[in-house]
Amino acid sequence: MPTSTSVESTTSPPRRAGDQLFKGLATGAGVLIVVALAGVAIFLTYEGVPAFTAAKSEIPGGNGVVAYIWPLVFGTLLGAVIALLIATPLSIGVALFISHYAPRRLAGPLGYLIDLLAAVPSVVYGLWGIYFLAPRMVPLFEWLEKHLGFLPFFAGPTSVTGRTMLSVGVVLAVMILPISTALNREVFLQTPRLHEEAALALGATRWEMVRMTVFPHARSGMVSAAMLGLGRALGETMAVAMILSVSDVVTFNVISNTNPSTIAANIALKFPEATGVEVNVLVASGLALFLITFAVNFVGRAVVGRRKEFSAAN
Amino acid sequence: MKSNPLPHALKLGAAALTVALALAACSASNESGTGSGGGSGGSSLTGDLNGAGSSAQEAAMTAWKAGFQSAHPDVTVNYDAVGSSGGREQFIAGGILFAGSDSYLSDDELTSATDTCGGPAIEIPVYVSPIAIIYNLPGVDNLQLSPETIAQIFAGKITTWDDPAIAADNPDASLPSTDITAVHRSDGSGTTANFTDYLDQVDSTDWTYGAIDEWPIQGGEGAEGTSGVVAAVTSGEGTIGYADESQAGDLGQAAIKVGSEYVTASTEAASKILDESTPVQGRDATTDLALTVNRTSTTSGVYPIILISYQITCSTYDSQDKVDLVKAFESYVVSADGQNTAAQQAGSAPITSALTTKAQTAIDTIAVK
Repeated sequence: MPTSTSVESTTSPPRRAGDQLFKGLATGAGVLIVVALAGVAIFLTYEGVPAFTAAKSEIPGGNGVVAYIWPLVFGTLLGAVIALLIATPLSIGVALFISHYAPRRLAGPLGYLIDLLAAVPSVVYGLWGIYFLAPRMVPLFEWLEKHLGFLPFFAGPTSVTGRTMLSVGVVLAVMILPISTALNREVFLQTPRLHEEAALALGATRWEMVRMTVFPHARSGMVSAAMLGLGRALGETMAVAMILSVSDVVTFNVISNTNPSTIAANIALKFPEATGVEVNVLVASGLALFLITFAVNFVGRAVVGRRKEFSAAN
Repeated sequence: MKSNPLPHALKLGAAALTVALALAACSASNESGTGSGGGSGGSSLTGDLNGAGSSAQEAAMTAWKAGFQSAHPDVTVNYDAVGSSGGREQFIAGGILFAGSDSYLSDDELTSATDTCGGPAIEIPVYVSPIAIIYNLPGVDNLQLSPETIAQIFAGKITTWDDPAIAADNPDASLPSTDITAVHRSDGSGTTANFTDYLDQVDSTDWTYGAIDEWPIQGGEGAEGTSGVVAAVTSGEGTIGYADESQAGDLGQAAIKVGSEYVTASTEAASKILDESTPVQGRDATTDLALTVNRTSTTSGVYPIILISYQITCSTYDSQDKVDLVKAFESYVVSADGQNTAAQQAGSAPITSALTTKAQTAIDTIAVK
């Protein structure tokens, strides 16, 4: 018996004041983030509720808060999906080039350049979009309308300024490219060397090797890269507010000058002159964005979690 | 001896804490009240003069701030261009000494402001600016438009440039069949409110949406801010929009039909229409200089599409310091000197000397509670 007590006393770690303090600080930081998030959710709900209880005629547009927010939700999702459709294949391609194809001399600087895109403020992307990109997109839009005009997306009439949902999608794609690329690159690089060499030894070409070893290993990482990008595209404000020509509509037509606004851009545009219940409506739309972002992250994590379990590479 | 990594982390933590505390201290010290002392008149004025509101006034306010502070070096004028309604809200809540607003107080707001001030609010038109109809149509240099045509273009009823209505206004021009892209502000704005007020006054059969600060109809091209409208009109062919004349740059400006002649936007023509404006009904005309602009005027040489921006103050303040500050600042703003400075720096139209006199009379009534 005396031996066991002496063992216990030696295994329990010595308590130090610094250790305790650091633990407290770390726990405090962790709790703080949860409290902040809860605070935001409570604020949005509390300030948003009057928009739902107010008379329909008091809501801008006169058709109630749901009719006001729905086009915004639609626009937010449409812009983000276009961005994702463009950015996902591009970021996988760029990441693959950096991790598996480029000579090492080139790979480092190229990765650095892509990361640099993330450091550009979004107003700068807005300026670039409005003065450079949008006018140069017009010929493409005209081509799309002429040849693919039977699709609802390209029904036209083409905007003469190019300030359309498709232009916004392109700008958002450029904005989410760095984060998606960085994440994809990291997971591609983590492919076990032995798997790759085994594939090559069996006579696989480099592309076959990538398909057989890198992609299966990185699948969950690629999903989370896309989800992180989507999160940024959903919440992007200034670039959208500056570039997009908005109306209160729901349309899949992405090349005309009548586009649905996005939630974040609409708040930025309307808040400075909003009074009374209009402010509540804007906050309610913010709550909708909060819930959408939450759902996207939730789905993303669920996908990643599910993949992990049966990923052959692990 | 190997050093323990823990103390290092602790030091970092302590450093971060110190920085956070220092920042907190800084932000706390930003809030300082109006200075004490303040004798009467001259450069002995001290303290902070806080205002907020209209972003249209921002450029002029920068000029006024510089001019006023060089005469009164101990005064700090702070102006937060949060937007007109934000300014009115803060003023009614009692947070600021004066508000800048592109529209005068509504009757409800006036009642609330009277409660806050302990006396009626004083509204002074300080910033008048012509709103130009800008367009981008290669080959057409001197576009002329009648009020009805403008209303139909912006209501989406005229959709091509070779429409008979436009051709009737421009008998000598060769108009292309290009589609019209009418550009409007996508953010709420006093410019939109004044422009739609014009459309409402001149042609309420074609423009049925009234005077409103957010663009009321679907379709057309929306752009953020004056610079956004100018950028959209510049980049697209067949575009037309409305923007502050001083920001219009090299774009073509349409001449507007007034009476039987066509007038282009200019500060002189904008000042002229102030004489055609009447005080808003049911207000004390000596202290409340809110104006209804007669945009249907047919007098020769007036330009009817103007933005009037007001500064709103209380008629009574709780200390002599505040009274002195507000009186001195507002007197400077409405003076010929202040108005000319703004005209040079911001491209606004100086208010008429008759209006300056009226404004000065109103400012002189400001007193301690």
